[in-house]
Amino acid sequence: MTAISPAPIAPAFTNAELAAVRADFPLLGVAVNGHPLVYLDSGATSQKPRSVIDVERDYYETENAAVHRGAHTLAALATERFEDARATVARFVGARADEIVWTSNATEAINLVAYAIGNATAGRGGTAAERFRLAPGDEIVVTELEHHANLIPWQELAARTGAVLRFIPVDDAGALRMDEAARLIGPRTRILAFTHVSNVLGSVTPVGELVELAREVGALTVLDACQSAPHLSLDLAALGVDFAAFSGHKMLGPTGIGVLYGRRELLNALPPFLTGGSMITTVTMESAEYLPAPQRFEAGTQRVSQAIALATAVDYLQSVGVERIAQHEARLGARLVEGLARIPGVTVLGPAVGEHRVGLATFDVAGVHSHDVGQFLDDRGIAVRVGHHCAQPLHRRLGRVSSTRASAYLYTTDDEVDAFLAGVVAATAFFGVSA
Amino acid sequence: MESLYQEVILDLSRSPHGRGLEEHAAAESHQLNPTCGDEITLQLHLDADGEHIRAVRWEGHGCAISQASASLFSDLAPGLTTAELAERIELFRVAMRSRGTIEPDEELLGDAVALSGVSRYVARVKCAMLAWVAGEDAIQQVAAAH
Repeated sequence: MTAISPAPIAPAFTNAELAAVRADFPLLGVAVNGHPLVYLDSGATSQKPRSVIDVERDYYETENAAVHRGAHTLAALATERFEDARATVARFVGARADEIVWTSNATEAINLVAYAIGNATAGRGGTAAERFRLAPGDEIVVTELEHHANLIPWQELAARTGAVLRFIPVDDAGALRMDEAARLIGPRTRILAFTHVSNVLGSVTPVGELVELAREVGALTVLDACQSAPHLSLDLAALGVDFAAFSGHKMLGPTGIGVLYGRRELLNALPPFLTGGSMITTVTMESAEYLPAPQRFEAGTQRVSQAIALATAVDYLQSVGVERIAQHEARLGARLVEGLARIPGVTVLGPAVGEHRVGLATFDVAGVHSHDVGQFLDDRGIAVRVGHHCAQPLHRRLGRVSSTRASAYLYTTDDEVDAFLAGVVAATAFFGVSA
Repeated sequence: MESLYQEVILDLSRSPHGRGLEEHAAAESHQLNPTCGDEITLQLHLDADGEHIRAVRWEGHGCAISQASASLFSDLAPGLTTAELAERIELFRVAMRSRGTIEPDEELLGDAVALSGVSRYVARVKCAMLAWVAGEDAIQQVAAAH
């Protein structure tokens, strides 16, 4: 292989700035197996800054009350904080507040869309929902890159409605076959669901091209933004997608909260998924009428502390600067992939050295199972993800059963990447890899 | 690290024992570890008496622990009755789940005691158990067929 020397990416932070960021994350200071923690699993879940941890505790200590019900002072205050949080998160992703629906996680957000479309297909939602109804022979198109969360809900919707699920394949390097996309997306296509950033490969999907293909045939677009919302500057309105989903815990927020974005006119035409309290206007023993979005989709007691904490996480990301974070991570991604590519026996999946990727790298070590690689690294305090990363079809396509993923975030340092690379070199020696 | 990955485990993961399925198995079990995708198909082959195990054969893929464990299981089983093997599987399970508090009995488990270090790594116990669970399932199939 010829040596490639990609243009180096300038550091986004000084050492002092990065040290200050790290000092905000209590967990980064712990020791694991007698070593300082090297946390390279932010793609699975991020660590949390002290401000996020504190705001959730403060809420319970000083403001806790049920939102959107009750008239007492605390209830009003909690409702205001809850709705302010929605506005903060909306601004962060280029949306209006009433286009943001709180869910438990991104998986629930995608299921919400799929089940609501299923409900429309069953005749719910009246004439407004007719545009969502699927008929046998209609097509739902996904990609071969998808996380199971953006695949299985569509398999189930297809099975319930008689629609046909098709997928845009990837090539041997894991890049989306855009020629196939243009061929597959046609008059029968009703829904096009795809990921913004591959959680396995770190590659960025050409959203604009896919949205254009979908628009030409009047298909709805659903974007899995789980790996983009935390790491890239995201403007959902500018991207032109109809729906998008992301999770709080991957972007410095708490677990238990996710976000569904939907264009306002679509959310207000879509029948609800979960039903019950807090999402109605009038209820009789026979039937109910529903509030407009987003309340229509927020049945039952809401995740108030989590929403407030997610807004605090967004504030933190903005205070550091999303563009700087993206630059920092692109630099770390390049360092990861360049280092891994030099280790005999190691194959990096996805974009090659010098090609664009976010701050993660997934790789296979010849003759060594990812669990063994991960165990070896864990012994050195290095946390990585092993297995199929909830993307079995992609692994099968790339001829792998499992892989190891190192994923960075705003708090990751060059030294951590280097410690990880040294760990992989040592693992190949320990397990006797001969390249 | 070395207590988990003893030399015998690393050797067996590279040069497995009992690998390769054969025809006319008395029972066959397929087991999958969904968290990591480790997979095994394991066969019991019985002597003419229908009671003693002649051979264990298996095919599969997975981590060094699961691969070595399948080899150690196929070394242990031949000559035992299905009832004896079932007892040893249970002994092995108890040791694996003991979080390092129970040393497995070498008299009964043979070289499989090399896996004793696994019991301190809770996340890896499933890897070590995969072949043994397949063996247990195959024994139950044999018993049910009688």
